[in-house]
Amino acid sequence: MPQLNAVPMSWYLILSAILFTLGVAGFLFRRNIITVFMSIELMLNAVNLSFVAFSHQLRQVDGQIFTFFVMVVAAAEAAVGLAIILTVFKNRQTLSIDEVSSLKN
Amino acid sequence: MQFNNLFSILPAAVLALFGCVLLLLRFDSSRPYLIFLAFAELLAAIGLWRQTDFLGFTGFRGAILIDPFGIAFNAICLVAGLICAVGAYRYMEREDEDHPEFYGLILLAQSGMYLMNSGTELITVFIGLEITAVSFYSLTGFLRSNPRSSEAALKYLLLGAFSSGLLLYGFSILYGLSGSTHYLNIASMLATRNSRDPLILMAILPIVLGLLFKIAAAPLHMWAPDAYEGAPTPVTAYLATASKAAGFALLLRLILGPLHDLRPAWEGLITFAAIASLTVGNLAAITQSSTKRLLAYSSIGHVGYILLGLVAGNKTGIEAMLLYLLVYTLMTTGAFLLLSALDREGVTDFRGLLYRHPGVALLMILLLLSLAGLPPTAGFVAKYMIFLSLVQARQYWVAVIAALYVAVSLYYYFRIIREMLHNPDDSPATLTISTGWRAAVGLTAILSLGLGLNPEPVLAWARSALR
Repeated sequence: MPQLNAVPMSWYLILSAILFTLGVAGFLFRRNIITVFMSIELMLNAVNLSFVAFSHQLRQVDGQIFTFFVMVVAAAEAAVGLAIILTVFKNRQTLSIDEVSSLKN
Repeated sequence: MQFNNLFSILPAAVLALFGCVLLLLRFDSSRPYLIFLAFAELLAAIGLWRQTDFLGFTGFRGAILIDPFGIAFNAICLVAGLICAVGAYRYMEREDEDHPEFYGLILLAQSGMYLMNSGTELITVFIGLEITAVSFYSLTGFLRSNPRSSEAALKYLLLGAFSSGLLLYGFSILYGLSGSTHYLNIASMLATRNSRDPLILMAILPIVLGLLFKIAAAPLHMWAPDAYEGAPTPVTAYLATASKAAGFALLLRLILGPLHDLRPAWEGLITFAAIASLTVGNLAAITQSSTKRLLAYSSIGHVGYILLGLVAGNKTGIEAMLLYLLVYTLMTTGAFLLLSALDREGVTDFRGLLYRHPGVALLMILLLLSLAGLPPTAGFVAKYMIFLSLVQARQYWVAVIAALYVAVSLYYYFRIIREMLHNPDDSPATLTISTGWRAAVGLTAILSLGLGLNPEPVLAWARSALR
């Protein structure tokens, strides 16, 4: 296995935390549905990074297997999610979060 | 070993297989789909029943555990799935969306719930959670030409994927701390950790928050009223009960298993979520004009009561949670299915129901009394057990607050009953009822009353599930 000694473990985790925070921020503050969806993918990839980093540090393969499953799930979610976004767009002709709000009191 | 592996996931495999086959079938009438689904549920039930002879067996190197706890939760999900599918038949016909995919997705969601209920390994439960969630996103948006349905699916999808991300982040830290994805190994690795350790908090907070989302507890409940209102009503019934029960199973397995010794790290959050759910659910339900939304908020309130069992934290509390979940599943599926028979969903659309359809109105009154927790219904027994556990754990203040909200909930449940007693107006809502619907709603109402009159069997069931 190639060594990653040049870069300390904590850097990976900090990068992962930053990416995750960016994803959360994008989810909360962006108003376009597609962008919000991409922010969620960013969160999942941040998680993948920390799994791989831990897996390497622990010299185990479990974390990398987990990463594969996360990628599969992200793909399935994207397939269903884009289909739903498409029906929303067909019904309303808009992709802005603020305009898709008929379900209120 | 091979046999064990297959046997441990047999019900989930049967459900997934039949679910996939259903996606391929095409018939002129939707009745064959329903028979197919009932057959799959029957096989899954037999599989679960056979498992009672093999308690303690594990499959896939400890990823799946056969124990009374998992079997009990699987039974709840199975009953909810069957009742909702049988009751949904005429509704889907009326909406002109009676496709086989509907029944297939119900089975697929249930196979995911099996993994959530019986999984004792992080990857397994995560996959189960996602199978369930993705099936439910599609089910929620099943009425494609209805803008409200697709909007509900969108909101559920975005917030659901977000909460999965949170949960996963917690899982990754947990994996980093313990070096394993198996609950047993995580428990032994975390045994020496201090519950004030910031890394522990970084793992536990996202996990608990993500799971609170799945069970629709405040402060992460905002998706629930919208998703419940826009989804086809039988799907709402399924989503509000089975998926919640599976979420609770996952939460309990994690929190009472590997995270049990770190109680100080999650106790405050759970207590806050319980009280907040009670407050939000019961206060917001008062002002709703749509019955569907009212029941959605009331189900958030019920989650608050169920979480109180965990706040008490003793054996009675966990038993009470199981009992409450079973009773809640029966009365909530019943109430939502009954609502699905009406063509309009406002509270005032129930006006005069007692005079036009006395049988249906009586069923609804029975279910509402049980939801409100009045004796002699099963809802009363469930609430009584929760309060008993709180008193045993000396959490008097929490018990007093919860009791106050029971009084509040009486008001909005009786609003519906009062409407039914009014004289009928000129353009009443019409009812579409099938035989299956009669059987499904009748069963839930009769059990809501019967289990209240004689609670011994369910109490014994809850006790045996925690052995």
